[in-house]
Parts: sequence; C-alpha cells; structure tokens
Amino acid sequence: MFDLGGKKALVTGASGGLGAAIATALHARGATVTLSGTRADALEALKATLGERAHVVAARMDDAADVDRLAKESEAAMGGLDILVNNAGITRDNISMRLKDEDFQKVLDVNLLGAFRLIRAAMRGMMKRRSGRIVNITSVVGVTGNPGQANYTAAKAGLIGMSKSLAQELASRNITVNCLAPGFIATPMTDVLTDEQKKAILGRVPAERLGRPDEIAAGVVYLASDEAAYITGQTLHINGGMAMI
Amino acid sequence: MSDIAQRVKKIVVEHLGVEAAQVKEDAKFIDDLGADSLDTVELVMAFEEEFSIEIPDDAAEKIQTVGDAINFIKSKG
Repeated sequence: MFDLGGKKALVTGASGGLGAAIATALHARGATVTLSGTRADALEALKATLGERAHVVAARMDDAADVDRLAKESEAAMGGLDILVNNAGITRDNISMRLKDEDFQKVLDVNLLGAFRLIRAAMRGMMKRRSGRIVNITSVVGVTGNPGQANYTAAKAGLIGMSKSLAQELASRNITVNCLAPGFIATPMTDVLTDEQKKAILGRVPAERLGRPDEIAAGVVYLASDEAAYITGQTLHINGGMAMI
Repeated sequence: MSDIAQRVKKIVVEHLGVEAAQVKEDAKFIDDLGADSLDTVELVMAFEEEFSIEIPDDAAEKIQTVGDAINFIKSKG
C-alpha cells in the first residue's frame, strides 16, 4: 500500500520544516521529487540528503512568471508531474486593527494565488495523462480562525474552498484535489513561540503535545497514493484532536 | 476535404468518442457532440499538439464548432 514508485512529485515550501518532511516521505515511498522554495541553499542541502531522484527548482510563489517557470522546469526535470503538494506559505501576523493592506495581500498572493497558478500550470499534463494528485496544505486555523491571523486564515480557508471547486472540475479526469490541515506542529514556524504561548496552545490539544512534521507527511503520502483515488475535495485534519470537524 | 480538416475531425472523433459522420463542420462541440467544457479545453490542447501551434485563450473561447477549429488552424498555417 501507498507505494509511490515511479511517481513524480513537486513540493513547494520544501525549504521549510513541514515541506522537507513531506518531500522526504514521498521520496521514501519511491517518488521522484522536485524541491521548490525560496532558499536555494536549504533546498540543495535537502537534495543532498535525499540522494538520487531529487531535483531543485527555486521559485517565488508570488511571481506569476516564476510559478509558470517552476511548473515547466520541474516537469522537464522529472519527465512529468503526478503529485503536486502546495505547501509554501508565509505569515504576516497582526491584529486586524493594525494589519496593513500589503501584509494581507502578500499572504494571499503567496498562500492562495500562488497555489492556484501552480495548479493551473500543472493541470494540463495531468489532464492529458488522465491522472493526478493535488494536495494543498491548509491549516486548522483556516477552519477555526485565529486572532492575529485574519490574512493567513483567509488564505487557508480560501485554499479549502478552491480545492472543492477544482475537485469538481477535475474528478472526471481522475485528478483528485484535497487539503490537509495540520494543527500545531513543531517546526521553525512554531519554534519562535514563547513557552507561555506553547503552554496555551497545548492546553487546547487533547493529545497534549505538538504534532511532528512526519505525522503530517504521512497524511500527504496517503492523499498522493493510488489508494486515495476515491477521496477528493476533502480536508484531512491532523491536529491531535485540537479541532474535531 | 483538406488534410487539416481530416486531422481535426480525427481528433474530435477520438477524443469525444463520436461517429465520424456526426463531425460535420457546423457541429458544435458542446451542443451537438456532447462535449463538456473540460473536453473543449482538451480538444484545444490536442489541436495545439497535432499542429504545433499555440491557441491563445481568447481564440480558444471562440472555437465552438468543428469548422471554427479548422478555420483557425488554417489561418495559422
């Protein structure tokens, strides 16, 4: 089960903690992976760790031309694209009274519009091959909301709605589009939280611990697998019971 | 019948699974040949490949019949 041998996967945000774990898990199941992100040195380091079947294409998700180039170059490097994982994301947190237009727009551009552009570019080949797996990494806060993250939660909720539309458009071509919504995961993004903040978060998690990146990656492996052919337009929540939706 | 017309009709027959006799030049992909909107996108992709041309989105939207496709491709030739 869940064999990804011969599959070609593109993971954005692979220079981050979650993206690296996702790429590593897909690779371990046999997939060829293209690692994308903005920090080329981190991508190259991950590529070196993975060894063969790994490629690097650095790109900025808020640049339309760069996103098109990413789709083309990764398909060319791997000889196709079966699995697309939109994991790239940024935060620009602030309470809404202080949240600037540019910080709202920037988060939407990277987290939502960038994902859409990449899916649109990747769709062509998937439609032709009559198969594809698209996994969009959203967040528990895209469903529950979170103070200080109006921009981020709007983008993450947007991913969920967008995925449902895409799932309906593409289902007849055997292309599935799903979201995976992590709860609080131990990554560089959550390392910056204070102990007090962490304690407050853990108070809301029945599992009483942060999630591990590999526990999220396992969900992506499932959604990317042949076995997940009949699940589309869904959001898989992996959050230690923090929100039961 | 021109070579272009024959190649276009062959693609339409193969892609939409319709009888060759149905693929008349005035046949509309969606109304007459049972295509859905995604099929029309795929037909355009198939034409682009077959004839090594680029069909921009605004032109693709105007290609509604078999004849539209043939004429557009001829205009590129």
